Amino acid sequence: MNFIPKMNRRSFIVGTAAAGGGLAIGFDLPLGGPQVIRAADDSPELTAWIVIRPDDTVVIRMARSEMGQGTITGLAQLVAEELECNWSKVTTEYPTPGQSVARKRAWGDFSTGGSRGIRMSHEYVRKAGATARTMLVQAAANQWKVQPAECVAANSVITHTGSGRKVTYGKIAEAAAKLDPPKDVTLKDPKDWKIAGKRLKRLDTAAKTNGKMIYGADFKMPGMLNAAIKQCPVFGGKLASFDEAKISGMKGVKRVVKVGDNAVAVVADTWWHAKSALDKLPITWDEGPNAKVQQAAVNARLKAGFDAEQAFVGNKNGDAKAALAGATKKVEASYAYPWLNHAAMEPLNATALYTPDKCEVWCGTQNGEAAFAATLAASGLPANNCDVHKLMLGGGFGRRGAFHDYVTQAVLIAKQMPGTPVKLLWSREEDMQHGAYHPITQCKLTGGLDADGNLVALHARISGQSILTSVRPEALVNGMDPATFQGFAATGEAAIGYSVPNLLVEHAMYNPHVPPGFWRGVNVNQNAIYLECFMDELAFEAKQDPLEFRRKLMSKHPKHLGVLNAVAEKAGWGKPAPQGIFRGIAQHMGYGSYVAAVAEISVIDGNKIKIHRIIGATDPGFAVNPAQIERQIAGSFVYGLSALFHGECTVKDGRIVQDNFDSYNSMRISEMPKVEAIVMPTGGTPWGGVGEPTICVAAPAVLNAYFAATGKRVRSVPLKNEKIYFA
Amino acid sequence: MVRLNINGKSIDVDVEADTPLLWVIRENVGLTGTKYGCGIAQCGACTVHINGVATRSCGMQVSEAVGKQITTIEGLAKNGAQHSVQKAWIENDVPQCGYCQSGMIMAAAALLKEKPKPTDADIDAAITNICRCGTFQQVREAIHMAAKSA
Repeated sequence: MNFIPKMNRRSFIVGTAAAGGGLAIGFDLPLGGPQVIRAADDSPELTAWIVIRPDDTVVIRMARSEMGQGTITGLAQLVAEELECNWSKVTTEYPTPGQSVARKRAWGDFSTGGSRGIRMSHEYVRKAGATARTMLVQAAANQWKVQPAECVAANSVITHTGSGRKVTYGKIAEAAAKLDPPKDVTLKDPKDWKIAGKRLKRLDTAAKTNGKMIYGADFKMPGMLNAAIKQCPVFGGKLASFDEAKISGMKGVKRVVKVGDNAVAVVADTWWHAKSALDKLPITWDEGPNAKVQQAAVNARLKAGFDAEQAFVGNKNGDAKAALAGATKKVEASYAYPWLNHAAMEPLNATALYTPDKCEVWCGTQNGEAAFAATLAASGLPANNCDVHKLMLGGGFGRRGAFHDYVTQAVLIAKQMPGTPVKLLWSREEDMQHGAYHPITQCKLTGGLDADGNLVALHARISGQSILTSVRPEALVNGMDPATFQGFAATGEAAIGYSVPNLLVEHAMYNPHVPPGFWRGVNVNQNAIYLECFMDELAFEAKQDPLEFRRKLMSKHPKHLGVLNAVAEKAGWGKPAPQGIFRGIAQHMGYGSYVAAVAEISVIDGNKIKIHRIIGATDPGFAVNPAQIERQIAGSFVYGLSALFHGECTVKDGRIVQDNFDSYNSMRISEMPKVEAIVMPTGGTPWGGVGEPTICVAAPAVLNAYFAATGKRVRSVPLKNEKIYFA
Repeated sequence: MVRLNINGKSIDVDVEADTPLLWVIRENVGLTGTKYGCGIAQCGACTVHINGVATRSCGMQVSEAVGKQITTIEGLAKNGAQHSVQKAWIENDVPQCGYCQSGMIMAAAALLKEKPKPTDADIDAAITNICRCGTFQQVREAIHMAAKSA
């Protein structure tokens, strides 16, 4: 990295990890000033986030990425709430990472993962709205020669209460932009919200219903060529050679280029020509030692981790081992969770245009700054000569956040063809087989019950892969990956909801060669299954109702208990279910939000599951748009249940076996349960996230319901391996 | 050279006869609302209407589409008026990332043409598109809403 901007004393430092591979730069909130900064159409800015046009259009700029989760609409609601503007006049745009860097990182963190979009930026975007409103009111008061306190701003109009004079934001914005911004602003109490907190429609829907929304894969430029790529099928292997002569005469083919040390790309007039030629290109790979890795060996190593001498301790109180030895009854079970591909609907892609003094990239990314860092590194050009233009993502789920291999490749290809824009699009097969996979782990749990059926000890030994070791080693704590313990932690944004007198949670780390990544929900996916299915086992062994068994351990965890009680009440837990319907329950915490679910299922022939209904609750502290949160609850259940029933990537000869949706299936509408969402914000700080947390409770709720229906415990994902399917 | 009828217009394109219709629509005709998701007719992101029937265009050679009426998402609205499915989609705030929604909408429009008042079972049978964001609950509601409005 050749770019480290000057630090500002007032700025806080964002680590290299957060900025995505190398950018360590300050963050200076530019709330305006006497120098008017203008948008391209000459309209003035009132703070970096807000541009007001003469026709009263309010342009709200956001650094976070929209990938379906609704974050841009939610953030705009927060700005508009404080700005007191007319919501129907709101539009949004992305600043580019290049612009941000040139303005001391004016818009803050671009990273859109970890359900951070709103919860980590709500305060400064609301301040931007309040600052702009204060300046607009001041400008109107100045014009009328009255006190600002005599003026009221509402719906993009400022009114002088005494005289009834009015002026619109569009008319006064120019004068307001010349004022010094207030040093401090007071934010509204959320109970007074009129735009935020409401079930408003998304701002980006219409273009998603008529084919007009431009995703990265749709981007076009004059003279653009298209590239298809093949990477060494074995992770860690390299490109040895290819026989270009065999395909160079094929229709449309322009170039065949080496990309990095592990890939080759065909560049052609159309992508179909590029792909067709690539399929016929003779390629020799140097697959390296990983070509010997087989799934059975990986699984055996994972199991061996249960007894490994060395393990990191993620949470501990009392003496679990001694308490287990003295327990009246000991319960033991082991669980397994596989590798999973993100499989966003839009395969990875990026368009790059390189000239010796400039490099620009157009792509969908969850982190514009990380894509920017990848562009600088691959082009070798300084930050002033590069930029990234974000386009709509056809899904992210974590794959387009910490990993910009597709951007690096697009730049490396374009660099070999200066002056020609090149769009690189991965085939679905490349996307499936070169992912950053949900980490593979297993977990052995041992619980001890006393004579009265109380849980006196719990020991959970997780064995398997660490994401941070591979992706952000700087975030390890003395070698330990704290993220591995999501939902098992003593405190923080993913804390365990039970008080167990003697608790030990450990991780025996084993990192196979398959690259791990952040996959929607990350480690709560498996940890919620491990903990919540095992709690169900313990309750059964204690001859207690699963809800009552949990409640006894939750008196010191009122928010965990709150969501659990909410789903139980709505489901009518404790009252008989309809004939043939069986219930399962689960709760967890992740990303600062408390979540719970009750699943109602029936089982046909012992192995076909019909999920009739899932009640899902979340307490994210504050709910910026309840309608969108409900959609995230239902959508997250689809992602989580697709993994539970159909998921799993496996390794053979060092490479991923599954290569498309026929071998890596995903849920369809016929398998979709009715989702009844409970959005129950109870305030507090920090705010919780929305895109991910609920994903983790659907699977354990269904598995626990399956036990209630059949008396069978399924402890390994996916269910298809147990010959259990959707009905 | 093949002559296609897309969205009511006759268009000549210079492509090999075995090119998948999807790529002709996207790259040669330039209509990018029809999406590439899998290339093996599994996901439905590339769904268009061929003579009114929902068809996965990635699995159809362009030569098979000659002489037939091809409708893409861009041609679903007639004379500037949104199709009832598009209206219901907007009213229900269905799309999340939106990438699969062109195909989903085309599949829903074809279903409603065949069965103006579809049951849930009809929807389950006809809508087999993949949506990784998980919009199915909204999709189902919007199809019922479109059926009521028609």
